[in-house]
Amino acid sequence: MRKILILSAALATAYMGSVQAEELTGTLQKVNESGIITIGHRESSIPFSYLDDKQKPVGYAMDLCNQVVAAVKKKLNKPSLVVKLVPVTSQTRTALMVNGTVDLECGSTTNSKERQKQVAFSDSYFVTSVRMLVRADSGIKSLDDLNGKPVVTTTGTTSDRYIKQNEQGHSIDVKNVYAKDHAESFLMVETGRAAAFVMDDVLLASLIANNKNPKDFAIVGPALSVEPYGIMMRKDDPQLKRLADETLSTLYKSGEVNKIYDKWFMKPIPPKNITINLPMSEKLKEAIKNPNDVGI
Amino acid sequence: MGHYQWNWAIVFEQVAGTKEYYYQWLITGLGWTVATALCAWVLALVLGSLVGTLRTVPNKWLASLATCYVELFRNIPLIVQLFLWFYVLPEVLPKSAGFWMKQDMPMPEFITAAIGLGLFTSARVAEQVRTGIMALSSGQKNAGLALGFTLPQAYRYVILPMAFRIVIPPMTSEFMNVFKNSAVALAIGVTELTFQMRQITGEYAPGNPIEVMTIVSVIYLILAFSVNRLMALIERRTQVPGYISGGGK
Repeated sequence: MRKILILSAALATAYMGSVQAEELTGTLQKVNESGIITIGHRESSIPFSYLDDKQKPVGYAMDLCNQVVAAVKKKLNKPSLVVKLVPVTSQTRTALMVNGTVDLECGSTTNSKERQKQVAFSDSYFVTSVRMLVRADSGIKSLDDLNGKPVVTTTGTTSDRYIKQNEQGHSIDVKNVYAKDHAESFLMVETGRAAAFVMDDVLLASLIANNKNPKDFAIVGPALSVEPYGIMMRKDDPQLKRLADETLSTLYKSGEVNKIYDKWFMKPIPPKNITINLPMSEKLKEAIKNPNDVGI
Repeated sequence: MGHYQWNWAIVFEQVAGTKEYYYQWLITGLGWTVATALCAWVLALVLGSLVGTLRTVPNKWLASLATCYVELFRNIPLIVQLFLWFYVLPEVLPKSAGFWMKQDMPMPEFITAAIGLGLFTSARVAEQVRTGIMALSSGQKNAGLALGFTLPQAYRYVILPMAFRIVIPPMTSEFMNVFKNSAVALAIGVTELTFQMRQITGEYAPGNPIEVMTIVSVIYLILAFSVNRLMALIERRTQVPGYISGGGK
């Protein structure tokens, strides 16, 4: 009898616990208890998430994320919620998300099936195409023109794979060379070590915009791959995921997203007041019309 | 809180869209790491011994020239040196030579990395060799000269054989360092071990970075430890009875 009493008392406690957990779960519960929400940002992912001249993280993804944070504050009724900013890199972001160091990752992370094994993504807020940057006077127009030439890729990216995949189709022979970051990959093309730099078109556009002779370079060729970007968060965290998706949907429906897009892609941006000048792609317009979190 | 989905078998998985496996990438990387480090070490040993010896000769001009060499290569960070050799040198050379370096030079990344790392390490080796020579009492050199050796002969038969034995322990560290420093070669695109690690943990298999980083760390540990044991063996084999340098046991 006493055993049953203890058991039912334990069950009752567990039940009460679960009722409370149903109200707030996962990250929102954690944020509510600690009073801190931590955002993982990039340091040079222009114009998505990067440090401006005051070393403050800014960008298109940061603006969208700040809206999500505002929604979190409203939902938790905590206007004074502390927002902590933690820099992440492409190598550290997954691990820092999974171990709880950051709650939202606001950068330029491709929503891929491979990543979905560890983390979750909001609805896509950007769609990039992988294309190639060449010197304008090189005469290179298509993949076939790369036959026998060195093509540079930044370490840690998959662009060399797309060339390989196309190599089979086009039966061309490309020499893959590598640089450690995008700025050096660009330097390889600028100095003539590589004939082409294969990368996300938006990154190529911002590299060209930042060069002193933007007219010397061109982005050519077909889209080798199309990749959606999403805000990264922890897996199995439906409350935060729903809140993020709803926030983005509201921005998409009201057209507010167009203003934010123009601010970062069509107007001068810090730190050098350079304009990237990349009009919204059809793929992104489609993703804004029909919000989705389908990865590649 | 989420849980990290451990998957140590990640390295045996096939790279999506290719016929390759991740472990093959790591083996290729290991090959380039060993090749870069060994080539650099041979260069460092030859140049370093020469420069280190020159720093101790009576001729002031030769000695200060050697000092300049050491200070130049020792005081500039390795990554900056590689960057200078790879990106800047072709731009300041005459146009045809620069063009050759950029377009026609065979294995430009590997050769630049091996030479750059070799020169950097040679400055450090030179200092170890000089230390070894200075550690000998001046009586050894004088005894050699008194026996009728010329100065070069005194160096060759008396001073250097003893000096090299004395500096085997710090040389072991330098030899181990050259393997670890070779990771910097990824900055100019050598597809060595750390490069392959970054490649895999970047966009290719972003789900399991911790496993890949751990495996690569263990490979470096094994490499460096093997070097350590090899040098300990050399130290024992070359030991002169009665002298201090006989460790490694």
